[in-house]
Amino acid sequence: MKRQLPFFLVFVFGAFMAIQYFVPHKTSEAIYEFFIDILPIIGVFALALGIWSLTKVSVDKIRYRRENWQYAIFTLLGLFLMILFGFTDENWGFHWRMSPEVAGEGTDNPNFRLLFNYVMIPIQATMFALLAFFIASASYRAFRARNLLATLLLIAALILMLRFTPFFGDWIGLRLSETATWLMNVPNTAAQRAIVMGVGLGLVATALKVVLGIERDYMGRG
Amino acid sequence: MEFWNFFWTTVAAFFTLATFSFLYKDNPLYKIAEHLVVGVSAGFFVMVLWHTTLVPNLIDRLADGRWIYLIPLVLGLMMWFRFSKKLSWMSRYPMAVYIGIGAGVAIPLEMATKVIRQLNGMMRPIDWENFFGAGWLDVTAGFSGILLFVGAIAGLIYFFFSKAHTGVFGGVAKFGLWILMLGFGASFGFTVMARISLLINRIQFLDNEWISNAFDSSNEHYTVMYPILFWLVILGLVAYIVYEIIAYRRRGPEETAGTT
Repeated sequence: MKRQLPFFLVFVFGAFMAIQYFVPHKTSEAIYEFFIDILPIIGVFALALGIWSLTKVSVDKIRYRRENWQYAIFTLLGLFLMILFGFTDENWGFHWRMSPEVAGEGTDNPNFRLLFNYVMIPIQATMFALLAFFIASASYRAFRARNLLATLLLIAALILMLRFTPFFGDWIGLRLSETATWLMNVPNTAAQRAIVMGVGLGLVATALKVVLGIERDYMGRG
Repeated sequence: MEFWNFFWTTVAAFFTLATFSFLYKDNPLYKIAEHLVVGVSAGFFVMVLWHTTLVPNLIDRLADGRWIYLIPLVLGLMMWFRFSKKLSWMSRYPMAVYIGIGAGVAIPLEMATKVIRQLNGMMRPIDWENFFGAGWLDVTAGFSGILLFVGAIAGLIYFFFSKAHTGVFGGVAKFGLWILMLGFGASFGFTVMARISLLINRIQFLDNEWISNAFDSSNEHYTVMYPILFWLVILGLVAYIVYEIIAYRRRGPEETAGTT
C-alpha cells in the first residue's frame, strides 16, 4: 500500500495523460486542463520544502558554528527580507495578496525591487560575466589544432568570435558575417537537431519507463 | 541622480566588485555575495510564485467556491509529511501524481516537439534552381538544405552506439562527428562572445553608472557623500588586498593560496 499504490497512481495518471493527447473529447480535454492546472500548485508546495530545507541548513550551520557559519546569516537575511517585503507595501502594511487598488505592494514594493535590482541582478550578471575569464582558459585547452576534429572546432569558434569583434566583424574581404551566419544556421542547426532529437527520444523512453514502473528510483527507498 | 539612487548603485557596484574578486580566489567578499544571492533569489521566487501561482490559481479559486481545487491543496499539504519520519510515506502520493502527470504529458509532447517537428523542419524542398545560392555561403541555397538534413541524420547516427562504427555506417558517423564539431565550435564561439558582452556590460555599469556619477559635480543632487561612498568601497577593497599581502608574508604561499 505504502509503496505499490504510488506506482499504480503514476501508471494511471501517466497513461491517462499520454492517451488523452489523442482523444479530442470535451470531457477528456477538461480533465487534462485541470491536471495541467494543478501541477504548478503542487510544485509551489514542493518549493516550500526546499525553502524549509535551506532555512534549516543555514540555521543549523549558525547554531553549531560549522565552517563558514557567518555567511549563512546573509542567506537567511536575503531570504527573509525578500519574503517580508513581498508581503508588505511601502508603508509596511501587510498584504497577503496584491490588489490593483494598493500601489507598491508585494513584488511591486520598492524595497523588494531595490534588492532585486541592486543585489540580485548585479551579482547574477557578474557571476555570468566571470565565466568570460574561465571560458578563456578553457578555450586555450580546447583550441589546439591537434587533429582534424579539433581544427574544425577551432575554425568554427574563431569565425564566430571574430565576427562579433568591431574590427574583423566588418571586414568585407573575410566575409565573416556571412560565414558565421551560415555556420550558425546550417552545421550548428544540424548538430543541434541531432542532439535535440536524441534528447527527445531519450526523454520519451525515460517517461515510458517511469509510467510503466520500470524506472522506480525517483520514489526513494524505504 | 538622487542620493539614495547613488547609494544603491554603490551597493550594486560593491557586490559587482565582490563577485569579480573570485578571480583572485574564493574569499570572504565573494562568499558574502554568493550567500546573499542564494537567499535573495530564493525569496524572490517564493514571492513571485506566491503572488502569481498560489494566490490566483488556488486561494482565489477556493474563495470563489471552486472546491475541486481542494485536491491540489490536499496533495500539496501531503508533500509536507516528508518532515515526519513516521508519515513520510504519505508524501509519495502527491509525488506519484506529479510525476505521473509530468511523464504522461511528456510522452506525446516530447515526441511531437523534439522529434517530429525537428524532422519536419529539416525536410524542406531542395531548391535546385538556387543550388549554390546567390552569394557566399547562402543559407537558403539547396546545398545548405541538403547539408542540414544529411548533417542531422549523420549526427544522429554518430550517437547510435548499438552498432559498431565501421564500413559505410562508420563513414556516415564520422561525417556526423565533423558536423557536430563544427556545430560545437560555432556554439562555443557564440557563448564566449555572449560572456564577453556580459563582462563589457558590468564594466560599463561600473564606469557609466557608478564612477561617473560619483564625481559628476554638475548633478543637481551632488553632495560630498557621493565620492565618500565611492572611496569607502575602494578603501574596503584595498584594505582587503593589504590584509591578504600581510597574511601571505606571514604564513607563506601554501596557506594563502587560492582555493579556485
